[in-house]
Amino acid sequence: MSDTPWWASQDFWRKCAIFVTAFMAVILIILTFDTVDAITSGSDRVPAYDVINYRIGYEFDAERNMYAPVIGGEAPLFATMHTEEEARALVDLGKLTVQAKNCMNCHTLLGNGAYYAPDLTKAWLDPGWGNEQSRELLMTLFLTDPVSNARTFGTNRRMPDLGITDEEARGVIAFLKWLSAVDTNGFPHGFEPLPQGGP
Amino acid sequence: MSTAVLDAPIAAARAAASPALSAGQRLALKYFLAAMVLFLAQTAFGLLAGLQFIYPEFLFGVLDFNVNRMVHLNAMIVWMLYGFIGSIYWLVEDEAGTELVGARLANVNFWILTAAVTVVVIVYLVVQVGSGTRASIWLINEGREYIEAPRWADIGIVVCMGVFFYNVAATFMKGRWSGISGTLVLDLIALAGLYLAGMFYTTNLSVDQYWWWWVVHLWVEATWEVLVGCIMAWGLMKTLGARRSIVTTWLYIEVALMFGSGILGLGHHYFWIGTPEYWLALGGFFSALEPIPLVAMVVHAVYDAGRHGFRSNNHPALAWLIAHAFGNFLGAGVWGFMQTLPQINLYTHGTQWSSSHGHLAFFGAYATIVIAFIYIALQKWRGDVWMSAGLPDGGWKWKWSLGLQCVGVMGMTMAMLIAGYEQAFVERAMGGSTWQAYFEGQTQPWFIQAMYWRMAFGVVMTAGMLILFWDLLTIGRNETRPAKDVHAPDEV
Repeated sequence: MSDTPWWASQDFWRKCAIFVTAFMAVILIILTFDTVDAITSGSDRVPAYDVINYRIGYEFDAERNMYAPVIGGEAPLFATMHTEEEARALVDLGKLTVQAKNCMNCHTLLGNGAYYAPDLTKAWLDPGWGNEQSRELLMTLFLTDPVSNARTFGTNRRMPDLGITDEEARGVIAFLKWLSAVDTNGFPHGFEPLPQGGP
Repeated sequence: MSTAVLDAPIAAARAAASPALSAGQRLALKYFLAAMVLFLAQTAFGLLAGLQFIYPEFLFGVLDFNVNRMVHLNAMIVWMLYGFIGSIYWLVEDEAGTELVGARLANVNFWILTAAVTVVVIVYLVVQVGSGTRASIWLINEGREYIEAPRWADIGIVVCMGVFFYNVAATFMKGRWSGISGTLVLDLIALAGLYLAGMFYTTNLSVDQYWWWWVVHLWVEATWEVLVGCIMAWGLMKTLGARRSIVTTWLYIEVALMFGSGILGLGHHYFWIGTPEYWLALGGFFSALEPIPLVAMVVHAVYDAGRHGFRSNNHPALAWLIAHAFGNFLGAGVWGFMQTLPQINLYTHGTQWSSSHGHLAFFGAYATIVIAFIYIALQKWRGDVWMSAGLPDGGWKWKWSLGLQCVGVMGMTMAMLIAGYEQAFVERAMGGSTWQAYFEGQTQPWFIQAMYWRMAFGVVMTAGMLILFWDLLTIGRNETRPAKDVHAPDEV
């Protein structure tokens, strides 16, 4: 064993393993403090829940060289201005519904989940809803009766009836509107929202 | 003459032939049996989910895709965990040089954990979804991919892992420590601690996914990898007679490289979830280094096997260990590297490309090594019998099962990779990821054909799995030759 050079010795690599692991863990913890602060709702990247009172766009930002959400003028959800607390409660109901209905095992959220059905990150802005005026009604009808209102685009894949109530559907829509305003570093790239900017 | 009289000499002969298993080893066999039942469930529900891509009306409204996929994924995670726990119970007494501490508690723990897993799966299948309340998350399904288990089960899992950790750590404390056991125990602390990061609810999806990846990534791309590094090291000593000082040094090298790249490699999941832009650079850089430890593992395994001229006392186990080394490198390393840079991931994220990577990585890195350990355990259980070259039937069952499973998984992986390429072009790059673009991608011939190929190779994989079960039930049963003597490690 005495012939073993230092760089091949067990002792050297044990110390390396301990030092490298500890160093990387400390870096991750420091970055976690910074990141959690940056993604708390109400930050520049992750908006407060009352963003559902405003029109949300998605445009190419030449300075950052990526697409980014743009928060516009007032466009209250369900024609009601919500306080931050009311908005939070509604988005919370939506998030709970999304989890309890196991949406993520067909869809993706922020690109994570299953690949059987479309990504929901920009669902609020999807051109498939036609226009701003019809969007809320179409979304509600679809969520509460997805079998009758199925649009399979030639795949025959339908969303099953998950027993979503009107109230839960409103929560899900609020959650999806809030989600569309999260700054996702340009994902999805090249996405063109439905026409907005009505009265 | 009563059957008892007839059975007695057979039982006596068996008892004489088979060396008594220790308490930990008997427990390991239970974990391995449960793991194989869950492997069967994983495959069955994978086949159902795969069929639904081709025939969307199949079981619609009865067992929908989201239920099948959830059971497919959860059965996989749990059978791999059972396999790891079984492997550790198998080696702990040998490695510590003493009897298992708390064997009775460990036994009770197995039954509680298994009962809880059964209840969770029944609720998944029967209740499926709940209303948008916290009660649903506590009792039915948490709705977060990979960690869907309801919160009551989360708490149960943590308690059971605590008992398991106590058994293992206390046994080493009573007996002796080694490089392998020290690394293993520290890794188990990290593994159990990380699970806690997934046990809370928040409205904010960005914060939710930030911590969710701590569990998912830091398990499968860090602590699980180190755990299999530990059991691989022990496995190479036992099947080949590799020297302890060599496998331990390699283990330390792998830990340094694995945690050195994998901890901040976590950043490749933080590109698009709302987290700051610096993760694009950090995640891209460190995750691009993640294949390096996997290369080291291949070099290590091939070096050790070659050094001993592939003369092992357990050919099926060694073959699966080698399959592990290459499968881990290809599935986790190469397939992960393919899409880990943000410039590429912007287009491949959330496509079949990811499921292609997932299938090859989980099979290559984890299924293989658990199967290898089951062969090691069966050899001893059947009386420490011969399992080298010259098996009575030529060893066709283990060879075919290994070959069919590798071909099946590789075929599924390639089919999904083609589908993922097509999605990246049609849906992401050309279509801008609208729903219309998504469905255009799903209806292209390249995608549709890939789903058929995935199904066909899934059937090949299933055939390999069934032959594996047959082999596990029969190998070494009528064998009278003792196991081949490999040079035993003489250092501790």
